[in-house]
Amino acid sequence: MSDTWGRRSLRQLRQIANDPLLLIVILVILASLVLFIIYPLSKVIITSFLPDGKFSFSVFKEVFSSWYLRQAFYNSIMMGILTAVAGVGVGFVFAFTLARTDIPFKKFFHLIAIIPIISPPFIGALSIIMLFGNNGFISDHLLHLQNIKIYGFRGLLFAQVVTFFPVAYITLRGVLDSISPTLEDAALDLGGTRFKVFRRVTLPLALPGIASAMLILFVETLADFGNPLILAGSQFPILSVQAYLQITGMYDLPKGSALALILLVPSISVFFLQKYWVSRKKYVTITGKPTSSTLKSVSPIAKWILFAVCTFFALTIILIYAAILWGAFVKVWGFNNTFTLDHFKYVFSVGFGAVKDTLIIAGISTPIAGILGMVIAFLVVRKEFPLKHFMEVSSMLSFAVPGTVIGIGYVLAFNSHPLLLTGTLLILLLNFIFRYVPVGIQSGVAILRQVDPSIEEAAIDLGADSRSTFRRVTLPLMVPAFFSGLIFSFVRAMTAISAVIFLVSSNWNLMTVQIMSQVESGRLGAAAAFSVILVLIILAAILIIRAILTLKYGRFGGTTLKF
Amino acid sequence: MSLKLVNISKIFKDPDHANKEVVAVEDVNLEINEGEMVSFLGPSGCGKTTTLRIVSGFENPTTGEVWLGDKMINDLPPNKRDTAMVFQSYAIFPHLSVGQNIAFGLELKGVKADIVKKEVEAIMATMNLTELYNRSPDQLSGGQQQRVALARSIINKPSVLLFDEPLSNLDAKLRDLMRFEIRRIQQSFGITSIYVTHDQAEAMTVSDRIVVMNEGHIMQVGTPFEIYSHPANKFVADFIGRVNFLDSIVEEKNKDGKYLVHIGKNVKLINSSTGNFTKGDKVLTVIRPESLTVSIGEKDSGSVYNGVVEKAVYLGATVEYDIMVDGREIISAVTHNPVIEGVFKSGDRVNIDFDPAAAHLLGE
Ligand SMILES: Nc1ncnc2c1ncn2[C@@H]1O[C@H](COP(=O)(O)OP(=O)(O)OP(=O)(O)O)[C@@H](O)[C@H]1O
Ligand SMILES: [Mg+2]
Repeated sequence: MSDTWGRRSLRQLRQIANDPLLLIVILVILASLVLFIIYPLSKVIITSFLPDGKFSFSVFKEVFSSWYLRQAFYNSIMMGILTAVAGVGVGFVFAFTLARTDIPFKKFFHLIAIIPIISPPFIGALSIIMLFGNNGFISDHLLHLQNIKIYGFRGLLFAQVVTFFPVAYITLRGVLDSISPTLEDAALDLGGTRFKVFRRVTLPLALPGIASAMLILFVETLADFGNPLILAGSQFPILSVQAYLQITGMYDLPKGSALALILLVPSISVFFLQKYWVSRKKYVTITGKPTSSTLKSVSPIAKWILFAVCTFFALTIILIYAAILWGAFVKVWGFNNTFTLDHFKYVFSVGFGAVKDTLIIAGISTPIAGILGMVIAFLVVRKEFPLKHFMEVSSMLSFAVPGTVIGIGYVLAFNSHPLLLTGTLLILLLNFIFRYVPVGIQSGVAILRQVDPSIEEAAIDLGADSRSTFRRVTLPLMVPAFFSGLIFSFVRAMTAISAVIFLVSSNWNLMTVQIMSQVESGRLGAAAAFSVILVLIILAAILIIRAILTLKYGRFGGTTLKF
Repeated sequence: MSLKLVNISKIFKDPDHANKEVVAVEDVNLEINEGEMVSFLGPSGCGKTTTLRIVSGFENPTTGEVWLGDKMINDLPPNKRDTAMVFQSYAIFPHLSVGQNIAFGLELKGVKADIVKKEVEAIMATMNLTELYNRSPDQLSGGQQQRVALARSIINKPSVLLFDEPLSNLDAKLRDLMRFEIRRIQQSFGITSIYVTHDQAEAMTVSDRIVVMNEGHIMQVGTPFEIYSHPANKFVADFIGRVNFLDSIVEEKNKDGKYLVHIGKNVKLINSSTGNFTKGDKVLTVIRPESLTVSIGEKDSGSVYNGVVEKAVYLGATVEYDIMVDGREIISAVTHNPVIEGVFKSGDRVNIDFDPAAAHLLGE
């Protein structure tokens, strides 16, 4: 077996060697994947298992003998499960209502459900403190409650559901849209009651999608750092925050690494479960000509109930964003409601460096990540070479690895010569590039699978070498995918916090980290103002990229996100 | 330029079972002369596309050599080979206009822009494409796309043109038109060509010679006439057109190589044969339905068979019969002059005979 593998590799190598550029590109990519993804991760493992240069379980024993850290593990897992269930519940209600009923204001509901995706993930937490915290608008002003327990379990769960249900919504909307409503019409026609049709036809068909969405939400919640840092409090420890505190608070690198590793194991397992098992089990509903359904599968009463539920959630989200917006423009949140621009002045004087740095870093790293993603997608789909599978898996790995783990890995890996990068711009760029490369790969692979390989063969046949084939034929065909991937990774880069919080320095700071520190020092107004600016920048970027696409291509070749 | 395939084999790994192998092509030897158009004809999966891709360089043969003129080109990558492929899906670049598509190859060679333009316009004129210069490919009909793909290949003046089922995406009428068009262009440029198809009528009309393939092997190479009237084996006889195989026994081989054989109740002297037979050998006489004569009558002793009409299909110009002989064997016959010869009904007793010049002998 290994013999034939060896022989095949050899043959592939000989073919690639005909094309030195291709060989160099493959080698450089493989080397950088090892250096910037595998090596930092292995540093985390090494540091936690070899605290003093010798292999031992001592760090893990210490971690699990601590009641507090054990609790952090349980809390994280439980929070992940509950958010997955609740978030997918809400997401499904939204998706089903928008896909299967003719309620008014559909577009509006869709936008509301998308907004949390393009804002920093801890906006939910920030807003909850403003609304329900000690001087909260609702708790204090409206209800005159003192000491409503917003820190800890309940507040965090609420914030996580608000933050992550849109992910479930998008996944499930795609699933429901791909199930032809004529199937439901047919089932109705055969005499099923509407509820039976839902239970026996719609739900089973959507089930793989639902399972997939739950797993994604579980991983994302487990990995989330911003919301727990603000809301968890000391009574309700969460793994990602504890790992962070071990490293930055107590300088205990082995223990921090061990916690990161404990976080990594369930994330990676669930990710691969989702990718290789659940996502394969999707049903394709075969349809002939597209027929417009009459959307009869929901009874009028059910429709208005769904409408009411969606409205409730939509209002909640509006409330959350209104609070942020309001907080950014009033003197002292909760005490003094006079209008002011002071917070924005403050942001632009004190925090302008962070705004600039964020734009520079996201602006440089995401196009690079996008191009790298396209190249890897091309290699993986169209070329045969040894270690191809390794390239595919390792480059997709950073989707699965929680930011906290990557951040710790980078701190461990790049803090000494010859790879002394801590505190530099480069470490932030590298982190972002390799974190968002999977976005480009995904959209690149999707589009390449649609392009008939004979189009590229035609170019080769006409005398093009692999470089000019890629440049003159493949790349132009991939451009729309590149831009839609770019939007997505730009948004993620602008709102990232969990990894970069380990990597920022006084020279290079990021807006998200600034917002965090404003929250920690109690300047909610400044935090709100920062958040508003951040969301505005993201919106502007999206509009610009879309305008470029529409101008050049007359349509939006989006594969990842539809706005 | 002439093209030569020597002992070409191609073995694929089965994509589903890593240990299994698929023999796509085995031991193919073929010589194609300068300016000649040769068709590869065979059932689906017989290795036509694979052979074509070996010539163009997209697949490396597992064993064997590809010669172009007096050069062995095995190690030449496809972009350096002087071959041009017309793909089944046309593979027109969707992001380039018709003109840019056709200019692609010349631009790659670094030809000056004004010369490129002139050549593109010239070739578009010969192919009736002039109006379409600035069109985008998604605004073309199937036949136009076909011609753009052909123009794009021909403009490079390749030594060998390769067509992989170029007409299979067109409707029947356009197909008839385009095959003459392709033949006209191939002949006027005098380019050595291979034309893959599994439509025998297409192969017959466009090619100088036909290569019949089955399960990775060449079954016969010959002109359309040779393939049809002197098939080298049962597969070829059966694959091209309709045919009867009549059980026969060799009586003797005479001095000029003709065989005297017993067929049915009669003896015939047959000139054409594949193989060497001696007295007593069981052989098959290959005879096409249209070469049989059918006449009504009770047990005419002069004919080969007496039979009963099972089925008669009247088509105006011809009548197709299935005739039962000896209560079991069915023989198909086609008659061409129903008005004069009459139309027989099922149940009619008939006599079947043929001119031995139309028959061909094969081993069993
Ligand atoms: N890349 C490949 N990997 C494995 N098997 C292959 C590959 N390409 C072709 N084959 C196999 O080789 C055999 C010959 O295929 P080929 O495409 O040459 O047939 P074909 O004569 O062109 O058929 P068709 O008329 O259907 O186009 C088939 O059994 C096919 O499954
Ligand atoms: Mg084929």
